[in-house]
Amino acid sequence: MPADSPAQALLSLATIDYLIIGVYFAFVIVIGVLLRRRVHGASDFLESGRSLPSWICALGFIGANLGAQEVMGMAASGAKYGFATAHFYWLGAIPAMVFVGVFMMPFYYGSKARSVPEYLKLRFDDKTRTFNALSFAVMTVMSSGISLFALATLLETLVGWPFHLCILVSGAIVLVYITLGGLTSAIYNEVVQFFLIVFGFLPLVLLGLHQVGGWHGLTTRLAEVAQAHGFAAGALYETGRYMTNAKDNPMGVEWFGLAMGLGFVLSFGYWCTDFLVVQRAMAARDLTSARRTPLIAAVPKMVFPFLVILPGMIALALSAMPDSGLIFPIRNGEADYNQVVPLMLDHFLPSGMLGLGLTALMASFMSGMAGNVTAFNTVWTYDLYQGYIKRDGTDAHYLMVGRWTTVFGILLSMGAAYIASSFNNIMDMLQLVFAFVNAPLFATFLLGMFWKRTTGHGAFIGLLAGTLGAAIHHGLTMPAGATSAFKGGWLGTIVHTYPSDMAQNFYAAIVAWTSCFVVTIVVSLLTAKHKTDAELEGLVYGIGKPEPARGPAWLAPGLLGSLILVAVLILNILFW
Amino acid sequence: MNLDIRLPLGILFLIIGGLLAAYGAIHDPLTHHGQHPVVNIDLWWGLAMAVFGLANCALAWRARGKGDPPAP
Repeated sequence: MPADSPAQALLSLATIDYLIIGVYFAFVIVIGVLLRRRVHGASDFLESGRSLPSWICALGFIGANLGAQEVMGMAASGAKYGFATAHFYWLGAIPAMVFVGVFMMPFYYGSKARSVPEYLKLRFDDKTRTFNALSFAVMTVMSSGISLFALATLLETLVGWPFHLCILVSGAIVLVYITLGGLTSAIYNEVVQFFLIVFGFLPLVLLGLHQVGGWHGLTTRLAEVAQAHGFAAGALYETGRYMTNAKDNPMGVEWFGLAMGLGFVLSFGYWCTDFLVVQRAMAARDLTSARRTPLIAAVPKMVFPFLVILPGMIALALSAMPDSGLIFPIRNGEADYNQVVPLMLDHFLPSGMLGLGLTALMASFMSGMAGNVTAFNTVWTYDLYQGYIKRDGTDAHYLMVGRWTTVFGILLSMGAAYIASSFNNIMDMLQLVFAFVNAPLFATFLLGMFWKRTTGHGAFIGLLAGTLGAAIHHGLTMPAGATSAFKGGWLGTIVHTYPSDMAQNFYAAIVAWTSCFVVTIVVSLLTAKHKTDAELEGLVYGIGKPEPARGPAWLAPGLLGSLILVAVLILNILFW
Repeated sequence: MNLDIRLPLGILFLIIGGLLAAYGAIHDPLTHHGQHPVVNIDLWWGLAMAVFGLANCALAWRARGKGDPPAP
C-alpha cells in the first residue's frame, strides 16, 4: 500500500497535459459505444466473431503484451543489464512468434477450439483442460490486478493523484469499454495503444541520444560505467560477446541458461501457449490471417529493443555524466532502476509532450489489464461455465454471462490490486508463477501437437510433474543476496546459489519443462492411447491434410517466417 | 461489423497532434528543469502525429464501401 501522505509529486501537469489525457479517455469510451451496436452474440463478444484482418490482430498481439510493465521493466533492465536485455526479443520472442505462426496456429485455429484450454480438451481430456483453465484464470486475474496496482502507484508518485481514485477510475473505464464492445473493443484499444507507445516514447529515445552524443557517445559512456563495475568495456552494449561465462556480464547468465531457459522454454512457453496472446490470432478471419498474425507482429517487435531498452541505457549513461542533470534515486543503497521511465519523462519532455507520454503509459497499463480480462472472460464462459455449470444455454445466455464475467473479472482485479499492494514481492512471485505454469505447458503442447502417441493421462501427470519440478527447484535454490522465502530456499537446504534472480528464473523454467517433457513421454508410453487417428485429425501434426495458405506467395507463412528469422539473425550479428 | 479502426485512430491522432502543435506554436516549450528541448518538440511532434492521423483517415475513407473491408 502506498504511503498515506504521498511525497511531493515528481511531475506537475499543465492544462494541455490534462486535455490530452481527457481526449484519450473520451475516445476509448466512444470506441466501446460504437462497437456495442456490432455485438450480436457470444461469439462476437468473446471471439470478435473470428472476423478481424491480420494486421489488426498483429498489432493487438503485440499490444496485449506491451503492457506498461514491459515498457517500464525493459527500460529498467536496459539500465541494469545493458543491451543483452534485447535477447528477450531477438533470441526469445521473435523465434517463438515465428514458430507459433508457422507450426502451431494451424492446430489452434483449424481445430475450431475457442480457447487454448478448449484445444487441450479436444486433444487430450477434460481434466487437462480444467487444470489449464483454472491456472490461467488465476494468472490473468493476478496479472490484471498487478497492472492496476502498478498504474495507481505510478500515477500517485508521478502526479500525486489519490491511489484509490486511480484504481476506481481506471477499472471503471476498462469495464465500460469491454462490457460494451468485448474482445473487438479490447483489440482496437491495443492497436491505438501500440501507436501511442511509439509516438510517446520515440521522442525520449531521440532526445536522449542527442544529449548523450549519439550511439558513439552512448557506448563511450557505457564502457566507462561497465569498467567501473569490473566488466569489460562492451559488457553493457554488446549482446553476445560476454555470454561465455556468467561472471562476465551484468545479467549473470551464460549461453546454456540464456538459450535454453529464456530462448526456448520461457519465450516459447509464453508466446505459444498463453491464451492472452494466442487469442488475438484466433480472432482472425481465416486460417491464413491467423498464421500471419504473429509473423506480422514479429516485424515491429524486432525493433522494439530500440524503443523500450535504449531509454534505460541512455538514462544510465546520462547518470554517469556529472553535468547531465539526471540522477537515479537511491533505494536500499542501490540505484532504483524502476524509475527510468518517469525520470526520462521528467528530464526530457515539456508540457504537452508530457501529457502524451503519460497517456501512452496509462493506455498500456489499461490495455494490459483489458487483455487479461478479455482472456479471462472467454476461459471462464466457455471452459468453466459452459463446461461444468450450464452446457446447453442459448447464445444470448452466454453473451450475458460474458458481460457479467467482465464485471466480475474487473472487481476481482481491483481486489487483486489491493492484495498486490500489501506484498512488496508480488512481481517476483508472478514471474515465478509464469515459470511454474507456462514452462511445463509448452512441453505438453509440443508433445500433444507433434507426437500423436501422447495420451491424456500423460499430459495431465506431466503438467503436474512440471509444476512440482519447478517448485522443488525453487525450494532448493536462491539468487545471490536474497533473504525472503519468496525468492527460494524454503525447503531448508540450498543446493545452488544463482548470480541473479533472472538466472534462477531461467533454470526454474528449464527444470519445469524437462520434468513435464520426460514424465509426459513415460506416462504416455505406459497408458493406453485413448483417441483414434480420426479423432485427432486437425489436432496433431501429420494427421489429416493441412489447409493450403491463401493470398500472394510472398506472404506465405513459411516464407515470411524464414525472412523474419534471417532479419533477426542479422540484428544479432550487428549488435553481437 | 464494419468499423474501420483507421478512422477512429486517425481522428484521435489528428486531435491530439493538433492540440500539441497548437500549444507548441503558442508556447515556447520548456522542460521542468527549465531547459529548452533541442527543437520545438510540441510543435513538430504534434504536426507529425496530425499527419499520421490524417493519413489514417484518408486510408479509411478510400476503403469505404469496398466489398472486402480491411476491418470488421
